[in-house]
Amino acid sequence: MPRPRGTAARKGSVFLSSHPRVRLALLIAAPLFWLGVVYIIALVLLLVTAFWSVDSFTGEINQTLTFDNIITVITGALYQTVTLRTVGIALAVTVIDVAIALPIAFFMAKVANNRTRRLLVIAVLMPLWASYLVKAYAWRSVLSSEGILEWMLAPIGGHTPGYGVTATIITLSYLWLPYVILPIFAGFDRVPDSMLEASSDLGGKTWRTLRLVVLPLVWPAIIAGTIFSFSLSLGDYITVNIVGGASQMLGNLVYTNVGAANNLPLAAAIALIPIVIIFGYLALVRRTGALDNL
Amino acid sequence: MNTEVPAIRLRGLHKAFGATTAVESVDLDIAPGEFFSMLGPSGSGKTTVLRMIAGFEQPTAGTVELFGKDVTKSAPFDRDVNTVFQDYALFPHMSVLDNVAYGLRVRGISKKERHAKAREALDKVRLADFGERKPSQLSGGQRQRVALARATVVEPKVLLLDEPLGALDLKLREQMQVELKEIQRDLGITFIFVTHDQEEALTLSDRIAVFNEGKIEQLGSPSDVYDHPVSPFVASFVGTSNMFSDEISQKLLGKPGQHSIRPEKLEVAHANEKLEGDQSADGTIADVIYVGSGTRLIVDLDAGMRVTVLEQNDQSYVADDERGARVRVGWRASDVISLGGSK
Repeated sequence: MPRPRGTAARKGSVFLSSHPRVRLALLIAAPLFWLGVVYIIALVLLLVTAFWSVDSFTGEINQTLTFDNIITVITGALYQTVTLRTVGIALAVTVIDVAIALPIAFFMAKVANNRTRRLLVIAVLMPLWASYLVKAYAWRSVLSSEGILEWMLAPIGGHTPGYGVTATIITLSYLWLPYVILPIFAGFDRVPDSMLEASSDLGGKTWRTLRLVVLPLVWPAIIAGTIFSFSLSLGDYITVNIVGGASQMLGNLVYTNVGAANNLPLAAAIALIPIVIIFGYLALVRRTGALDNL
Repeated sequence: MNTEVPAIRLRGLHKAFGATTAVESVDLDIAPGEFFSMLGPSGSGKTTVLRMIAGFEQPTAGTVELFGKDVTKSAPFDRDVNTVFQDYALFPHMSVLDNVAYGLRVRGISKKERHAKAREALDKVRLADFGERKPSQLSGGQRQRVALARATVVEPKVLLLDEPLGALDLKLREQMQVELKEIQRDLGITFIFVTHDQEEALTLSDRIAVFNEGKIEQLGSPSDVYDHPVSPFVASFVGTSNMFSDEISQKLLGKPGQHSIRPEKLEVAHANEKLEGDQSADGTIADVIYVGSGTRLIVDLDAGMRVTVLEQNDQSYVADDERGARVRVGWRASDVISLGGSK
């Protein structure tokens, strides 16, 4: 059989096949550039900025090292309250999302037939096609004192929670639900049916099977989902502006310090709070062993 | 055998998945202590029958009885039946010991007692030192034995095995066949063994049900099924057969209907030599295939069909055979199997 002729493309292929390091370099150059320059450097700059200060007279940044911002953020009553509120909201959102996502994801992965499963995956993904703002404003209308929630609850003596922390939790739970359902669905999907059958075969009734077999196997997927809902909630400031009434979250403090207050170093220091919390959360999660198979 | 209550009794068992029928009117009695095989190609319904006995599938119609008790509607955990799964289905997050002890754990048996029993069961399958490992750290054959220990430690009355040796290599498979048979004798319980490997079924079983297209095509002892197949399907699926069509049968055997004969029942001689058999036909050697323990000769008969002959290597002919040589193929009339009327 005649060999293909020595075109430039063929010469290139021959060169690459005998130089694995060049091959690897070409493959990861772009992502490495993105991660290194755009991502890591920006993060480092943020960290560094937190240790600078702003000249209150000229409004210019003074690049001498100071811990003032950090101390302010740790000891200031405002920052403590808002941090607690933000973490509380993020935790509540995470608990609600996991509670809703578990049965839906289980149904999608293990009960529904292929057709229903496809429809449900689309239904779960569909809200992601709509703008974040539209969805937040839709909830503002739902939760308003003349909204549909009030209309539905009034006959049974209930009322809409109105704008505030509760409304923020409801809206954020809605916004992040797809990000929690999808990893948990993938987690259930990876558990072979024979695993459930084996447990049942050996005498395990539904509850035992769920607790001893299914839950440990999908635990990493649940953790992955909670990382999404928890970290996305920690950083949010738009939803709370739209449905939160007068309540503020950490994001709002960052926003006002960057904008109105023109204090970038303080904003950077505040931004460190969610970063530290997420690190703490990840360390906690790691101890449960959920990240071992990542 | 008919006087005692069967371990498993299936009556009119029927299973449809949507428009396709997987199992059609299966009636079957399996005796206590029997090693019973369900043999058939994939899609023949054998696994579906097994899954209905285990309770993983609900039959569309018909009943499943376990020692005289109707369990058709019972959940798997309410049946005194355990399964060894094709993929073993060991719990990856548990140690081998915890896997084996699982059935005892969900029955509320204390940790000390269930671990003692699980160790005993692991000892029986020669894995006593492997209790602390995770299933992922075991070889295929070891996982297989763990699955066996896990299913038998809860002392089921019937053990279901769904192609349990399918994933093992040949040597290990033969070794496990011997072990399975020993374990079955030790425990004295009924084994129902699903396989598509006819040799495995013949070696292990007391009785075999040959499945085809959702129905039992033949039910009988290994020698029944091998020596007296009732249909062309059984004759060709269980072992190899030379099939004589109606037309060829009339030419060569002098009688109508379909017939078959096993390759090892044929003998070959040079065209002018004397044969032991009382019937014969002339032909030309098309191919010679050495298979270790013997030699397989492919012969084109002048009557218009191709036959396979299996010669033991100690037999005289083999040395000077060659492609294109004229030969005579002979057999005893008593070795010809009648497969019923012309089709």
